[in-house]
Amino acid sequence: MSDLVQREVVKGSNYTSFTMEEIRRYGRHLIMPEVGLEGQRRLKAARVLVVGVGGLGAPVSLYLAAAGVGKIGLLDFDEIDETNLQRQVIFSTPDVGRKKVEVAKERLLKLNPHIEVETHDTLINSENALDIIREYDIVVDATDNFPTRYLLNDACVMLGKPLIYGSIFRFDGQVSVFYAGKGPCYRCLYPEPPPPGLVPSCAEGGVLGVLPGIVGSLQANEALKLIIGIGEPLIGRLLLVDALSMTFRELRISRDRNCPVCGDNPTIKELIDYEQFCGTRVSGEALDAARNSITPLELKKLLERGEEIQLIDVREPVEWEICRIPGAKLIPLGQLTSRLHEIDQTRKVIVYCHSGQRSALAVKLLRELGLTNTYNLAGGIDAYAEQVDPSIPRY
Amino acid sequence: MKVVIQIPSALRALTGNTNQVEVEAQTVGEALAALLELYPSIGRYIFDDQQRLRSFINIFINDRDIKTLNGLETRLKDSDRILILPAIAGGLSRGICKYI
Repeated sequence: MSDLVQREVVKGSNYTSFTMEEIRRYGRHLIMPEVGLEGQRRLKAARVLVVGVGGLGAPVSLYLAAAGVGKIGLLDFDEIDETNLQRQVIFSTPDVGRKKVEVAKERLLKLNPHIEVETHDTLINSENALDIIREYDIVVDATDNFPTRYLLNDACVMLGKPLIYGSIFRFDGQVSVFYAGKGPCYRCLYPEPPPPGLVPSCAEGGVLGVLPGIVGSLQANEALKLIIGIGEPLIGRLLLVDALSMTFRELRISRDRNCPVCGDNPTIKELIDYEQFCGTRVSGEALDAARNSITPLELKKLLERGEEIQLIDVREPVEWEICRIPGAKLIPLGQLTSRLHEIDQTRKVIVYCHSGQRSALAVKLLRELGLTNTYNLAGGIDAYAEQVDPSIPRY
Repeated sequence: MKVVIQIPSALRALTGNTNQVEVEAQTVGEALAALLELYPSIGRYIFDDQQRLRSFINIFINDRDIKTLNGLETRLKDSDRILILPAIAGGLSRGICKYI
């Protein structure tokens, strides 16, 4: 399998020679028979696109650059903020506020001036994805959201490119290589994403800072193996990392013959609207949620007027320890139905979480259970701290 | 059969942070039913309204996806490990938060 992968990855690339300085730099690769001069040439000829320059993209791009991958594409539209620094080790404190792709490019070129770094300061979407990806041999999925993940998967299937997948949450990581024609794609594993808010995200659930370092390094390792054509790629295998128990577990995953993208009779033959597919566009449900919500300033007025309201905080106890809105009662989302009796149904109920997603789910649940006088605090305690009470720490 | 069900961190808020439970069951379906008896609120994350497995949840027995076996009817052996594996994504979809 490796030979096959290797030939396709470097297909059409110009084999290049090395300067004295490069020979010295890559010496530890060159003396390994599995890599050697030939492997190093393949690395130099390879073009890898890293989508998402965050927790995963940082180690991936650093290791690819150090290894001498000839062209690295960095795609991200975001700027660096303080909360990134706990895990995105490619950035430094003075970089806060700057564009991620620009800072990362500077860093990679400082690390290895013999490579080329192309920046894509954009949101990847159905209009630009195929044109961007076509220019690369391998795509690394270092994203943090479902619409982009499905977009990358479908585009890579359509263009026949390998997609090196990594995903993280709290202490758990997943790694695999999706390569249509040789194994399953992401849709074979998960045909559809969870509805927004149902499964918490890292921003809500947190992530151990070193976990993306572990998972991103594994992704970089898979990229190097595919390029050089050595070892066994993680095709058809899903590697699970549990950083807490420090165990690795391997699951077998198979191509789904009924997969809408890579199956026997694909129904998705061109890129679709992924925001709509993932339910992240403003849906009827989101509009309902908007109607059932109040803003931080409205809550401030209610509290100042001394209105009879009950504030319910549906975050986790560790978040409650960091900050809370005075007068609130903590009932974590997972305990809401079993502790329903603790909510005074005669008063107006206002529910909040960190950013407004979990509480929207809570409001929907409570309204379905008959508590129709229930409202969501839009933007959560984070927006309340920003707009109303700066003494509340933000995290 | 005595089997262990492993709970992923994404769903542990619903099990009081328990990471695995031991249940007695003959099939995967029975094992999940036993889990739901212990933690009813986890049900809507795993099953849809028609009691079908949700499309963003995979169930593995040891290293095999039950989709490639006999689905929820798959028979269990003593000390099988059942893993619930939801799709995970790192970040917060900022787009949504503006509206809710």
